[in-house]
Amino acid sequence: MELISGGDMLVRALHEAGVEYIYGYPGGSLLHVYDAVYKQSAVKHVLVRHEQAAAHMADGYARATGKPGVVMVTSGPGATNTVTGIATAFTDSIPMVVISGQVMSHLVGDDAFQETDMLGVSRPIVKHSFAVRRPEDIPEIVAKAFYIASTGRPGPVVIDIPKDMTMPNERYEYVYPKKIKMRSYTPPQRGHSGQIKKAVEMLLAAKRPIIYAGGGVIIDGSSDKLRALVDRLNFPCTNTLMGLGCYPGTGERFVGMLGMHGSYEANMTMHNADVILAVGARFDDRVTNATSKFCPDAKIIHIDIDPSSISKTIIADVPIVGPVGAVLDEMMALLDEAGETPDADALETWWKQINEWRQRHGGHYDKNDSQLMKPQEVIEAMWTATKGDAFITSDVGQHQMFAAQYYKFDKPNRWINSGGLGTMGFGFPAAMGIKMNFPDDMVVCVTGEGSIQMNIQELSTCLQYGIPVKILCLNNGSLGMVRQWQDMNYEGRHSHSYMESLPDFVKLVEAYGHVGIRVEGRDQLPQALEDTFGKYNDRLVFLDVAVDETEHVYPMQVPMGSMRDMWLSKTERT
Amino acid sequence: MRHIISILLENEPGALSRVVGLFAQRGYNIETLTVAPTEDETLSRLTMTTTGDERKIEQITKQLNKLIEVVKLVDLSEGPHIERELMLIKVKAIGAQRAEIKRTADIFRGQIVDVTASVYTIQLTGTSDKLEAFIEAIGAGCVLETVRTGVSGIARGEKVLSL
Ligand SMILES: Cc1ncc(C[n+]2csc(CCOP(=O)(O)OP(=O)(O)O)c2C)c(N)n1
Ligand SMILES: [Mg+2]
Repeated sequence: MELISGGDMLVRALHEAGVEYIYGYPGGSLLHVYDAVYKQSAVKHVLVRHEQAAAHMADGYARATGKPGVVMVTSGPGATNTVTGIATAFTDSIPMVVISGQVMSHLVGDDAFQETDMLGVSRPIVKHSFAVRRPEDIPEIVAKAFYIASTGRPGPVVIDIPKDMTMPNERYEYVYPKKIKMRSYTPPQRGHSGQIKKAVEMLLAAKRPIIYAGGGVIIDGSSDKLRALVDRLNFPCTNTLMGLGCYPGTGERFVGMLGMHGSYEANMTMHNADVILAVGARFDDRVTNATSKFCPDAKIIHIDIDPSSISKTIIADVPIVGPVGAVLDEMMALLDEAGETPDADALETWWKQINEWRQRHGGHYDKNDSQLMKPQEVIEAMWTATKGDAFITSDVGQHQMFAAQYYKFDKPNRWINSGGLGTMGFGFPAAMGIKMNFPDDMVVCVTGEGSIQMNIQELSTCLQYGIPVKILCLNNGSLGMVRQWQDMNYEGRHSHSYMESLPDFVKLVEAYGHVGIRVEGRDQLPQALEDTFGKYNDRLVFLDVAVDETEHVYPMQVPMGSMRDMWLSKTERT
Repeated sequence: MRHIISILLENEPGALSRVVGLFAQRGYNIETLTVAPTEDETLSRLTMTTTGDERKIEQITKQLNKLIEVVKLVDLSEGPHIERELMLIKVKAIGAQRAEIKRTADIFRGQIVDVTASVYTIQLTGTSDKLEAFIEAIGAGCVLETVRTGVSGIARGEKVLSL
C-alpha cells in the first residue's frame, strides 16, 4: 500500500477527477499543495494576476466545455478575492470547484494571520462546500465536490483545506471512490411522464405558441434536441441572454432574444402567445418585466431541473421537473406516437403576424453620416470577419447587449457572458480560459473601456502562457449603460458615468507585450479586423474602437410594464 | 399561515448554518427552531415554524430541499400531527397569589419545579397556544422570566419521517 501526503492526494485526486488546468495563485496556507503541484505534470497550473480572474477563467472554461473549472487560492485575501467569481458562476449555474487554503486547524477561530471564514463568506453563493478535517478524506471530498458541482443544476463548490491537512511528512492511504452516491443528493434523471403527456397535448392544441429556451438547454447539452422540437412543431423560438446559440441565431424560426433588451418580435410574440413552453429558463425579472402583466393569455409549461425555479416568479400550468434532454426526448417520442401535428392554419396566421412584427423593427438602428461608428455596426463587422463562428465573451454594459443582439450565434456554448450577476471584469479572463482550451478557435472578448479595466492585469498572464485572445473594446468613453439610464430617467445628469483620464490602451497593451490597434473611424475598421485575425492571428490584439457615446440600447422594455411595452428608439414607444 | 417544517439533516458541522443562512438570505422568517440528534447518530432532526402564504412555503420547502445536507423534509401542518413546546416560567408568587398560581398551573397541567419564598418556577408543555394561554391566565404582570424550547412536532398515526 502506497502512502502519500494530503497535498499529493489533492493533486492526484484532481487528476482523477479529469482536471487538466488549475487556475490559481499561491500563498502561505497552500505552499505544501503548490509543492505537490510542482512535482507532477499531469495537472497544469495557470498563474493569474488576481484571484478574481482565476475564478472567471475557470468559469469561461466551464461554460465552453461543460466541465467543471478549477480554482486554487490561498486563505484570507486569496479566498475572498474569488468571491465575485464564485457568485458569477453560482448565478449562472456554472460547475466550478474552488480549493481555498486555510490556516492550521488549531489556529482556526483565533483570528490567525490570513484567516477568513471562507465557508461562511461563500455560503450564500455556493451549491455546497466542504471543510477538510482529516487528510485521508481528501480524495472522497474532491470526488464529491466534482459530482455535486457538475450534476443536477450545476454550481460552484468550495473545499476549504487547513494547512496541516497537507503536511508533506504525514502520509495516508489514498483511495479515490469509484462511484459517488449520496443519500441526501439525488438529482432527477427524468421528468414526470403524466406531466409530459399533458404538455404535449397542450402544445398540439396551441394556436399562438412560442418556445422560450434558456441557459439550461446549453448546460444540459440538449441544443440539438431543442432544435429538433422547434422545427418539428414549426413554432417560433426565443432565447434568453443565457440561452443564445441553443437555437441558431440565423435560423428562420428564431425571433431573437427576449426581455428587457429583447427584440420587438420576441417580446410581442411572448406577450400575445396562448402557450409558452419554457425550457431551462427561469422567468428572470429581466425577462418578464412586471410579473402581474406578464403574457396575460398564456398557459405555461415549464421544464427545469431545479424545482425551486418553477412557479417562483410566474406560476406554471404544467410544471415538469427534470433534465431538459430527457424531457425533450420523451416529448418527441410522444409526438411520434401521436402522429399529430399542431393546427397548421392557426400557425400560418401566427407566423404571418410574427413576420409583420419582424418588419416593424427587426433590429434597426441609424448609422451616423460621420466616420464615428455606432457600436452595433462594429459588432456586425466582427460577425462577418469571424464568419459568425467565434467564441464571444463579454463584459457588462451596452456592449454586452449589442453583442447579444447583433452577433448571431448559430452554436451553443459560444456566447459566454455573466447574464445573471452582471459582473464587469468577467469577459477577458473568461476568454482566456476558453482560448487555452480551444487554441485553434477565434476567441473574442467584447468589452467596454470601463469593464476591461476591472481585470486588465491579466494581459500579463496572457503573455506568460501565450494566450492570443482578441479584445474588442467598444470605447464610448463612458459607463454607457449607466449613462443610458441617466439619460432616460435622470434628465441626462451623468453622475459618475464618465471614464475620465482613460489610458492610452494601445501603449498599455504594448507595455504588456501585445498588439494594440486604435480605430477612430469607419474606414479603418476593415483593415484592423483583417490584421487582427490575419497577420496578428497568433498575438493578443486589443482593438480599441471609438464608438458613438450617445447611442442607446433598444428595444428597451418600459419599467413596470408588460412584455410588449418597449421603447424602440429615443423617440418611439410601443 | 403558520407551518411546521420537520427536517432530517445530515449531522455534520455547518449543516445547521446553511439552513439558518437560507432563511436570512431569502428573507424568510423563522419563528421557532429546535434541533437535536436522533437515534441514528448521523442524522439530526430539526423542527422549525415559519409563516407565509402557500407560494412562500412552497419556495421555502423547495429551497430547503436543495441544500445538500437536507435528507428529508415534511411540512407537518399539511396533515394531522402532534406539536409540543416546553416552557419554563418564573413567576412572582407572594401571599394569596401563591395558591392562585398553583391552581392555574394545575389546570394547565403544569408542574412547579422550583420554589422560593417569593418565586415559583413552573414547567409547562403543550402547543404554543396553550403556553400563551397560561401566561395570559396568570397575568403577564407577575412573569419574571420565560424560556421556551420552540416547537417540536411529529405526524399522527403510522406516518414516520425516516430514511
Ligand atoms: C462589477 C460591476 N460594477 C458595476 C456594475 C454596474 N454597471 C453595469 S454596466 C456599467 C457600465 C459599463 O461600462 P463599459 O464597460 O464601458 O460598457 P458600456 O456600457 O459603455 O458599453 C456599470 C458600471 C456592474 N455591472 N459590475
Ligand atoms: Mg463604455
